[in-house]
Amino acid sequence: MKTLDEIEKQLFETVADISEPPKGAYNFRLNGKSIGRQSSKNIDVQPQKDGLIIRIAPRTNDEVVHIPVVISMSGHKETVINDFYIGDNADVTIVAGCGIYNCGADDSIHNGVHTFHIGKNAKVRYVEKHYGAGPGAGKILNPVSVFHLAENAYAEVELEQIRGVDSTDRVTKAELKNNAKILIREKMLTQGKQYAKSHIETILQGKNTTADIVSRSVATDDSRQEFTLHIEGNNLCRGHSECDAILQDRGSVIATPSLDAKHVDAQLIHEAAIGKIAGDQLNKLMSLGLTQNQAESQIINGFLK
Amino acid sequence: MSFGALYNKFMLQVKNLSFQVKSERKTRKILDGLNISVKPGELIIITGPNGSGKSTLAKLIAGIEKPTTGQITLNGTDITDQTITERAKLGIAYAFQQPVHFKGITVKDLLQIAATGQETFLEDETGTDYGNILKTIGLDPEIYLSREINNSLSGGELKRIEIASILARKASLTVFDEPEAGIDIWSFDKLVGVFKRLRKQNPEASYIIISHQKRLIEIADRIIVLKDGQIATEGPAAKIIPKLEELL
Ligand SMILES: Nc1ncnc2c1ncn2[C@@H]1O[C@H](COP(=O)(O)OP(=O)(O)OP(=O)(O)O)[C@@H](O)[C@H]1O
Ligand SMILES: [Mg+2]
Repeated sequence: MKTLDEIEKQLFETVADISEPPKGAYNFRLNGKSIGRQSSKNIDVQPQKDGLIIRIAPRTNDEVVHIPVVISMSGHKETVINDFYIGDNADVTIVAGCGIYNCGADDSIHNGVHTFHIGKNAKVRYVEKHYGAGPGAGKILNPVSVFHLAENAYAEVELEQIRGVDSTDRVTKAELKNNAKILIREKMLTQGKQYAKSHIETILQGKNTTADIVSRSVATDDSRQEFTLHIEGNNLCRGHSECDAILQDRGSVIATPSLDAKHVDAQLIHEAAIGKIAGDQLNKLMSLGLTQNQAESQIINGFLK
Repeated sequence: MSFGALYNKFMLQVKNLSFQVKSERKTRKILDGLNISVKPGELIIITGPNGSGKSTLAKLIAGIEKPTTGQITLNGTDITDQTITERAKLGIAYAFQQPVHFKGITVKDLLQIAATGQETFLEDETGTDYGNILKTIGLDPEIYLSREINNSLSGGELKRIEIASILARKASLTVFDEPEAGIDIWSFDKLVGVFKRLRKQNPEASYIIISHQKRLIEIADRIIVLKDGQIATEGPAAKIIPKLEELL
């Protein structure tokens, strides 16, 4: 693998939680080029036009595939298309994520389109971390993730963007067949003049399907966040979405829930709460000896944990 | 009377303390010219009807509310203008009547925050000290140390965790606001035992316990009865207890 400079190393560590190429399947992408790729016996990682095709064999158990992306060249703009085929009965973790370091005058942009075909009875954990750093121009990330869950499939989706990303327009979609279940956990922290938009749309097509979506965010400084959480129930199903946001400084958040129940046995719930940190939470921690700033960061760290 | 109370020096003094609230152009006196002195080692019970101003007094002592007039001193230092944090660092602890819940903060996190900077606190790697604190108030550490302090906890569990966070502090003046509320009688027995033991372990520490519970009232050195924001009566426990029924 190409030798990385310190910044690139750190970015790979931040978004993929690893410093060395892992044992299993992986693809490391730096400034638009693959700098290391490996398949495993059960997980086949192949290049396609503008991205990867990842095929996970049926019954693959307890394996992880890492596909981190780093942009360290100012002004680099890319659209990456990755397709995942997860075989029946597989149980795997997919770690994606993108880190941008920009020290130049031009915006760096990563548009990622990920499509997941999750087989029957398969279990997938998908982890995506987005991060930006550097004194330069825009660090822009626009991910699209689409999940197709076959009968009895289960997906756990963790989306995280903590600091550094100037602008994001995130779309997450899921469609579920009979007995499938999806859990989506989104965490976001914006600062400065950052803008973040997240649209999560779940279609509960099959009988006995479940969606549980929780979005937690903190908007600080002058940043702006927009959430639209949509659940459609077309069968006997349960859907729950929750949008919980903490405001600091002049941060602002708009949360627009929508529930579309098209079946008499569809049970859909939405909860949303936006506001600054509760006064009694601060009082409690300060009465244990923390300063106001320490109390605030404890509360926020816990909230985004 | 405990050993510490023999010193004729006041740990906490509340002088002519008033707290008013304004609503619809009317002002209401919640507390009206209170004078209270607490000696080192003393355990004072404050009781009185709902709405008489007991929690308000506790919040004024902890710094959560600011008095309209009056002064609060701790070991001779005027702390009236000090923040909640400063008072906590001086050794004031306050167990809330209504425990606060959080998202993502665990019982262990809270105990750790409480114990930070307490030199007397020894924590080994296995977290035994935290576990012991939980055990004293009847919570199994295996179950509760890693639990998030969120609204999935029952009222009694939250209340006991709140008390645990105060026990981790080892403060010199502790205000407990109705520690018995929502706690079953078995855990309550333990709690009374905890208060007795705390006093033995540190005879200099003082306690103000807001309570309506006879068993707690009985362990007091002194009882203060609040009514409509004023002290209706006060005195040694033995004198006040027989009169409580007609007073309230
Ligand atoms: N910030 C405030 N604004 C308006 N009213 C207040 C405020 N704080 C307290 N009060 C009122 O002051 C009175 C005393 O309240 P406090 O909570 O101190 O009573 P308490 O003696 O602790 O009662 P309880 O036994 O029910 O706990 C109540 O009538 C309450 O509604
Ligand atoms: Mg009260």
